[in-house]
Amino acid sequence: MPWGEFKDTAAERRLFQRRAVVMLVIVFLLMAGLIARMYQLQVVEHDIYTTLSDKNRVQVQSVPPPRGLVYDRNQVLLAENRPVFSVTVVPERVSGMDATLEQLASILDVSEEDMERFQRRLREPRRPFQEIPLRYDLTEDEIARLAVHRHELPGVEVEAELVRYYPHSELTAHALGFVGRINRDELQRIDPVNYAGTNYIGKSGVERFYEELLHGKVGYQHVETNARGRTLRVLERENPVPGEDLQLHIDLRLQNRAHELLDGRRGAIVAIEPATGGILALASVPGFDANKFVTGISVPDYRELSESKDKPLFNRALRGQYPPGSTLKPMLAIAALDSGAVTRDYTIWDPGHFQINSAGRRWRDWKRGGHGWVDLTYAMTQSCDVYFYEAAVEMGVDTMVNYLAHFGFGEDATLDVSGALSGLLPSPDWKRATRNEPWYPGDTVNLGIGQGFMLSTPLQLATATALIANRGEWVEPRLLKDIQGDRTPDEFLPNETHEPLKLKDPSNWEFIADAMAEVMHGVKGTARAAARGATYRMAGKTGTAQVFSLAEDEEYDAEEIRERLRDHALFVGFAPLENPQIAVAVIVENGGGGSSTAAPVARALFDAWLLEFSATGDGALVSKTDFENEAR
Amino acid sequence: MATREVFSSTASNPLGRPRGLWSALHLDPILLFLLLALVSGGLFVLYSGADRNFDVVKAQGLRFGVAFMVMLVFAQLDPSVFRRWAPWLYGLGLLGLIAVLFVGVGAKGAQRWLALPGLPRFQPSEFMKLAVPMMAAWYLSRHFLPPRLSRIGVGLAIVLLPMVLIVKQPDLGTSLLVGMAGLFVVFFAGMSWKLISAFFVMVSVAAPVMWFFGMRDYQKQRVLTMLDPQSDPLGAGWNIIQSKTAIGSGGFDGKGWLQGTQSHLEFLPESHTDFIVAVLAEEFGFIGILVLLSVYFLIILRCLFIAATAQDSFSRLVAGALTMTFFIYVFVNVGMVSGLLPVVGVPLPLVSYGGTSTVTLMAAFGILMSIHTHRRMITA
Repeated sequence: MPWGEFKDTAAERRLFQRRAVVMLVIVFLLMAGLIARMYQLQVVEHDIYTTLSDKNRVQVQSVPPPRGLVYDRNQVLLAENRPVFSVTVVPERVSGMDATLEQLASILDVSEEDMERFQRRLREPRRPFQEIPLRYDLTEDEIARLAVHRHELPGVEVEAELVRYYPHSELTAHALGFVGRINRDELQRIDPVNYAGTNYIGKSGVERFYEELLHGKVGYQHVETNARGRTLRVLERENPVPGEDLQLHIDLRLQNRAHELLDGRRGAIVAIEPATGGILALASVPGFDANKFVTGISVPDYRELSESKDKPLFNRALRGQYPPGSTLKPMLAIAALDSGAVTRDYTIWDPGHFQINSAGRRWRDWKRGGHGWVDLTYAMTQSCDVYFYEAAVEMGVDTMVNYLAHFGFGEDATLDVSGALSGLLPSPDWKRATRNEPWYPGDTVNLGIGQGFMLSTPLQLATATALIANRGEWVEPRLLKDIQGDRTPDEFLPNETHEPLKLKDPSNWEFIADAMAEVMHGVKGTARAAARGATYRMAGKTGTAQVFSLAEDEEYDAEEIRERLRDHALFVGFAPLENPQIAVAVIVENGGGGSSTAAPVARALFDAWLLEFSATGDGALVSKTDFENEAR
Repeated sequence: MATREVFSSTASNPLGRPRGLWSALHLDPILLFLLLALVSGGLFVLYSGADRNFDVVKAQGLRFGVAFMVMLVFAQLDPSVFRRWAPWLYGLGLLGLIAVLFVGVGAKGAQRWLALPGLPRFQPSEFMKLAVPMMAAWYLSRHFLPPRLSRIGVGLAIVLLPMVLIVKQPDLGTSLLVGMAGLFVVFFAGMSWKLISAFFVMVSVAAPVMWFFGMRDYQKQRVLTMLDPQSDPLGAGWNIIQSKTAIGSGGFDGKGWLQGTQSHLEFLPESHTDFIVAVLAEEFGFIGILVLLSVYFLIILRCLFIAATAQDSFSRLVAGALTMTFFIYVFVNVGMVSGLLPVVGVPLPLVSYGGTSTVTLMAAFGILMSIHTHRRMITA
């Protein structure tokens, strides 16, 4: 039908106008609906949305306190905080995710592990504009390369975080311990408020023991943020209280020397300043680089460390439990004298072996033909076993154990050394409880020369030696020397619990110290070679601990078996004799004889501490004492 | 009927027909004033919504300049020109839509643009917002109104064909808008209420079928998120929660221009495009919303008046449909931003930042002005 024919235009207009009115009504009603909705949101529910808006906008951020620094006794930095850079990606700002990741992988070293973690985080629900970390711990080189390509990589950011760094970690890892990322168990233990901004926590050593002190107190700021979480304005701020800076008794030079002396071997050295109980050196060799553990060690690196036959992760100084052997003789001599089992002049005939009764088992002396007539000083000087067998039987196990306990064996006597083991001080009760066997008289004989069940750590041996150096005055070993600031170490060190060891005749201390000096300086002394040419007098005792067997799951070739079955070499001692500045315990695993291997190590340490380092330190009075000794 | 008196008394109404210069320019001063008020107010909100980026405002201003020129050109053409050209434009549009399916370009899995050599990039679907109501009006107005059932059927087919093509792009939002424009023509033409009721029954039956067979996952997700935005607060629900927060925190009189925290701190996404009304609500409050919706209502009122006073059926149908499409824009956009409707990509007309829809809208107003200002002296 062609246009315009027979149309009732008036009717069509009326029809349209009716419909237009209907539409106008609908428009009006729907508009009213929109206005009602807006009224509901803006007037009725205004308060709810104001709160939501403020919550959006204002965030309470925790400001993590910087972790306290750790210095050695000469203010050399042992633990500091360094900014570590990580690269993050904001998916919303990235122009093409695949291309961006590809380019980042070509600029940086991105492992499969990193990539997987990133992809997982990318799929998880998150706030828009929230950044996702791709890789931690960028090198300066990588940061520089990123900076060059930055304009091509929108949405890629480099972020900084303060992370623990140990400048001399190979030397200090066992003494200081280290921090690491907070794990699930620690999360349960810590105060969630104070650790709100903290990612790291002390895992071992000083870092663990003084965690509370080093951590400090968290601060807060109310900040206005945008949807990306980027801080735009700080509205209110309460500053964090930084962790306390600690000064340790450790002397890094001595620690370094200890590592040098044991270089290429396995062993431990503990050096204590007798007057203060301060641990001057705590070396377990080989060491390891604890920095690797801070941000998370890679699986191959960890495997290499944990599967090494040299066990670098094993803290021999605190946790290595060895038979003390002859190094226990000075303590046993004290016990024998004070208990009246022997006198200073008591003399025995050593035929080369010892028997409890004439038909029984023979305990051999290390010297096949025997030492002949032996008194206490000579027994110490020559490390005569038979003399101590007799003394042990005379004392009985209870007396021995009682005295040895006074020397700190069988317990962790330290104040602030985290993870120190207590060794094993055997007794008839212990043997019945753990082995369901009675205590045989032979066990007593073995204990008399530090063998048998007895185990002690190098730290315990050093502690007991320091007690002799102190002539019975107990000063518990400790690492913390000072806190920089207005707080004192006494606030944080646990209470000292040990009573001084009082002898019925206090001059017996001098007697035993002199006997130990004979070990070093006497013509028959087992360590006389080590003391040759000394300008000061020192006291010491050598020891040898037998290695019984190798662990079954370890494989060695023939050469190694011979090496690994050799005896452990031990030495304890202090110097100078009259006014001891340093007491040490040295153990060299599979080192052979104590006199040939361990004693020279101790001598080198004495020299270093008393002569080499004292020029700058507080050891000036050493030389004076030496002259007096020479004059004597 | 009181309303009818208002509509039919145009001859004596001095506002009914522009005179003098306005007449020479073929412009309706009332509509022009309302549009200018909306556009200039919108630019202020845009400046805030784009976080004080003046370049965005400049670009949008330029776009409005072009759009007003388009409106001016359309206003010069006689309505009969649109009528004569309607079938050709419709056919051209269909060709364009088919072409888009094969050689179209676009982003995010949808092909919407046609980049023909020698021509600026354009969206055939946008063009169809004008062509479909014109075609439907051309077809239906050739015959007696109200149309017979068979002609309604043809009219619906005219609407449905481009809808299907646009859905395939896929672009559900535009498809619905184009469909609405066509359906309004059929409605204004006088489709009987019986049929309309039947149509609604059909739609309500078809909806569940669509849900299970016709909708893509992302489209379903939008509906689900609309029903319960809290279910996915960090993902799809984020936009709605943030825009409601922006609107609600604005309160009765708003936080003040440029003071909106939701938009300026980037919590509110799309703050200068689809969600710009949330910026206005946050900064100018309920008052601002009342003013905005009043301006829209006045524009619609004026346009319906123009439609009702048009001289022939084609003009009436086109003018009525274009007006109602404009309203649908407003309603869907504000409804979506305030959480009443699902998030479909519909801009706030003449306020949201964006080019194509602005030009189409102004072209539509050009057609309306043309209808209002080109009048034959002989009364029909």
